[in-house]
Amino acid sequence: MELHKLTIHEACNLLRKKEISCYELVEAVAEQIEKVEKNIHAFITLSIEQAFRNAAKVDKILSSGETLSPLAGIPMGLKDNICTAGVRTTCASKMLSNFVPPYDATVVLKLKKTGSVLLGKLNMDEFAMGSSTESSYFGETFNPWDLSRVPGGSSGGSAAAVASDEVFFSLGSDTGGSVRQPAAFCGVVGLKPTYGLVSRFGLIEYASSLDQIGPITKDVTDCAMVLSAIAGYDPSDSTSVKTSALDYTDFLIDDVKDFKIGIPREYFGEGLHIEVQKAIQNAVRIFEELGARVEEVSLPSTEYALPAYYIIATAEASSNLARFDGVKYGYRAEHAGDLADLYKKTRSLGFGTEVKRRIILGTYTLSSGYYEKYYLKALKVRTLIKRDFDEVFKSCDIILCPTSPTTAFRIGEKKENPMEMYLSDVYTVPVNLAGLPAISIPCGYDNDGMPIGLQLIGRAFGEGDLIRAAYTFERNTDFHLKKPATFWG
Amino acid sequence: MTYETTIGLEVHVELCTKTKLFCSCTTAFGGEPNSQCCPVCTGMPGALPVINKKAVEYAVKAGLALHCTIAEYSKLDRKNYFYPDLPKAYQISQYDLPLCKGGYLDITVQGKEKRIRIKRIHLEEDAGKLIHDRSKTDTLIDYNRCGVPLIEIVTEPDISSPEEARVFLEKLKSVLEYIEVSDCKMQEGSLRCDVNLSIRPSGQKELGVRTELKNLNSFRSAYRAMEYEIQRQRNILESGEPIVQETRRWDDSRGKSFPMRGKEEVHDYRYFPEPDLIPIVLDRKWIEVIKNHLPEMPDQRKKRFTEQYSIPEYDADILTSSKYLADFFETCSTKYDNPKTVSNWLMGDFMRLMNERGKEFHEIPIKPDSLVELLRLMDEGVINGSTAKKVIEEMFETGDEPKKIVEEKGLAQISDKDQLESMVQRILRENSKAVADYKSGKRKAFASLVGQVMKAFKGKANPQMVIEILNEEINRI
Repeated sequence: MELHKLTIHEACNLLRKKEISCYELVEAVAEQIEKVEKNIHAFITLSIEQAFRNAAKVDKILSSGETLSPLAGIPMGLKDNICTAGVRTTCASKMLSNFVPPYDATVVLKLKKTGSVLLGKLNMDEFAMGSSTESSYFGETFNPWDLSRVPGGSSGGSAAAVASDEVFFSLGSDTGGSVRQPAAFCGVVGLKPTYGLVSRFGLIEYASSLDQIGPITKDVTDCAMVLSAIAGYDPSDSTSVKTSALDYTDFLIDDVKDFKIGIPREYFGEGLHIEVQKAIQNAVRIFEELGARVEEVSLPSTEYALPAYYIIATAEASSNLARFDGVKYGYRAEHAGDLADLYKKTRSLGFGTEVKRRIILGTYTLSSGYYEKYYLKALKVRTLIKRDFDEVFKSCDIILCPTSPTTAFRIGEKKENPMEMYLSDVYTVPVNLAGLPAISIPCGYDNDGMPIGLQLIGRAFGEGDLIRAAYTFERNTDFHLKKPATFWG
Repeated sequence: MTYETTIGLEVHVELCTKTKLFCSCTTAFGGEPNSQCCPVCTGMPGALPVINKKAVEYAVKAGLALHCTIAEYSKLDRKNYFYPDLPKAYQISQYDLPLCKGGYLDITVQGKEKRIRIKRIHLEEDAGKLIHDRSKTDTLIDYNRCGVPLIEIVTEPDISSPEEARVFLEKLKSVLEYIEVSDCKMQEGSLRCDVNLSIRPSGQKELGVRTELKNLNSFRSAYRAMEYEIQRQRNILESGEPIVQETRRWDDSRGKSFPMRGKEEVHDYRYFPEPDLIPIVLDRKWIEVIKNHLPEMPDQRKKRFTEQYSIPEYDADILTSSKYLADFFETCSTKYDNPKTVSNWLMGDFMRLMNERGKEFHEIPIKPDSLVELLRLMDEGVINGSTAKKVIEEMFETGDEPKKIVEEKGLAQISDKDQLESMVQRILRENSKAVADYKSGKRKAFASLVGQVMKAFKGKANPQMVIEILNEEINRI
């Protein structure tokens, strides 16, 4: 049996029946990593020895008859902006290339409690700024479906590792689409939870008011399992919301008969690739056949979402990233003269081009005289976008649209054209601005065989609805079963 | 030409909460460098702030005590600038929606009442401390103070002299001590102030160009810096030059200020709402509860002291200027039935010693019970007044009980009549000139004879008895 190809729930069943051990699961993914990692480059840091030790520990506990969480012994990976005590956390930046946090992120503590096994830290765009994972200081990650293409970003390593069976699941972070877009590009499931559902404590901040950690999994069932493990109020994160703990697997119901699905007109305009459009239209038809009521809706402020996003996100980033100054931790430039020189050299040499671009942009939009013109205006747009969604959700349960206008593009194709790269997030960004949950699931393949992602957007804390709709779609289609060709493996 | 001075103050006060503003590290002063910090207050990536509710409560208390309006909705903002003592490279502060607005504090200067308006009070976090003096090339950073809660109290430009500023600061310190939100220890930096000052020819409507004075580590240095600045600006104006708007750093040891940065170098702090924290929303009822539980303020207490203890207003004013002193007085006066005597001793020797030694109240080891005991020893004739002065000095140094000091040092008063009589007779014999002077009407000679007797007993003789006996004996001659 090729254990690494299993989903979490399949592996969990076999573990419970004692047909396999956690050690064997880790062995299987370790072999797969050995085989494919040189082609995929999903990891920045591997911790395989540690993973074997932890797997043995979990096996021991399981053999004593103790019941553990369904995630016990399941191999996983974490995006490298999620702090892990004692394990290097780099944000894919030279700036933090030597940074070993003394603390765990809350999600890491929660996953440790379940007994899931960390295989390593996953590649990403530097400081989560990008849509292709090409801006990583440690080199790009390759799309398992076609090695000449990007895996998407910024959680490209997290999506590629799951798609190539290097881990059973991973966590990414989503500020403007960074979980959903790479999930779409790599043919896996990615969920961005409602802002405040999952603690951000220990997530190295890019844009605090938009960042959310989310799971990337092989199917919707796994997604519900991982979300149940990481969601919940955290007193260490003031923006986390006091909600009662839910078991999201309760929403794995194959039925959308009472669902009303809105199709936003503005998401099907210029720039949408025809093959993606066809796949989405096909998905709409499937939902209709399954008994959902579909209706066209309007989100009129959509065209302002991207500019508003790039103002708010970069403004927050310019402040969040100011702490990387070479004084306390991380990279410090050598041969600096005075203090100003230390700052200048450290930050000039420690950050990559895209990060510097966004810091400069954000600093500019916050500076005196421009604050009202840009930042404040962007906040107003944000309010309008929220209102648009509120209006639609008065009559709809979920919104259906593409995750990204295209499938995975070629490596280098958009690297020199930031504006074009930014457009890759045009359908995901409004969701972050509104703080809503959204899921991306596979819904087809283009003529080159590249996966296409379907995005479902829910009401705030409507993850249950999303999981139910996505699960129903998955049960009645087989897009999620297709695996990348292994000619390169 | 005569000039008018306009002064506004920005006072930073450390709140005496047990833990820091955004994490659970202790705020204790004087710990080993960097022993009181964590990922949150050292700005480690991914660490998030959580607001200390006690700090909000203390800030609200201060606002209420200074008659401010408390905002039911306020928010925290980031003030961005690079400096190594600020690990996140931004200070979490409040910009356009502070916790408290529009209050006042009434002061009395040279018998005249004056109202100084408070513009706003906001909550913010303190920075760390840079230590430059270990070597010429390295600077060390201690992050223990980083994240300690501060309130910044900003006045309107209502102050018109350094003296008014001094009185305002003293009164403010006293109010904050009364409501127990800060220990206001200037030498530990828990109360710091910046001064904005301008002058203009008397009668001119528009204000002059102002300068900002920083690094004022005591009320005294603030006072000196303001005096200096007024003179400096006056010299400039009188030489026909314009005042340059700038920030100046006061050097107390040199008694001068130096330019720190000009108008062009003013930081653009790029304030924006702190996205890691939610706005502070306060319940009107909660604010009312705090308001109703505010303790007696200095002015109220002063009034009560004059009524309840029948002490002069002057005494009451000084005694209530410090909560510690007022509490001390009140404890003594419940145990000793002559409050005026207590007041005299507190305002006299007690405060004199404090000023001489440069000590603050909390550093003085004398307990109210000990002072009462000292007064009783005098009443009972065990010691006389001049001995008591020596005893209180000893108490001030050691904190010992007065009885113990009197016994150990053999300071008990000599009241033995025979002993006193024979000494008086000896002194009269040895000072026939003084006796003759007295007899010829020079009353002063009597005092000198008393002094001689006292000196012979090393000050321990019962002065009342010495006078009586001397009177008898001299009239017999």
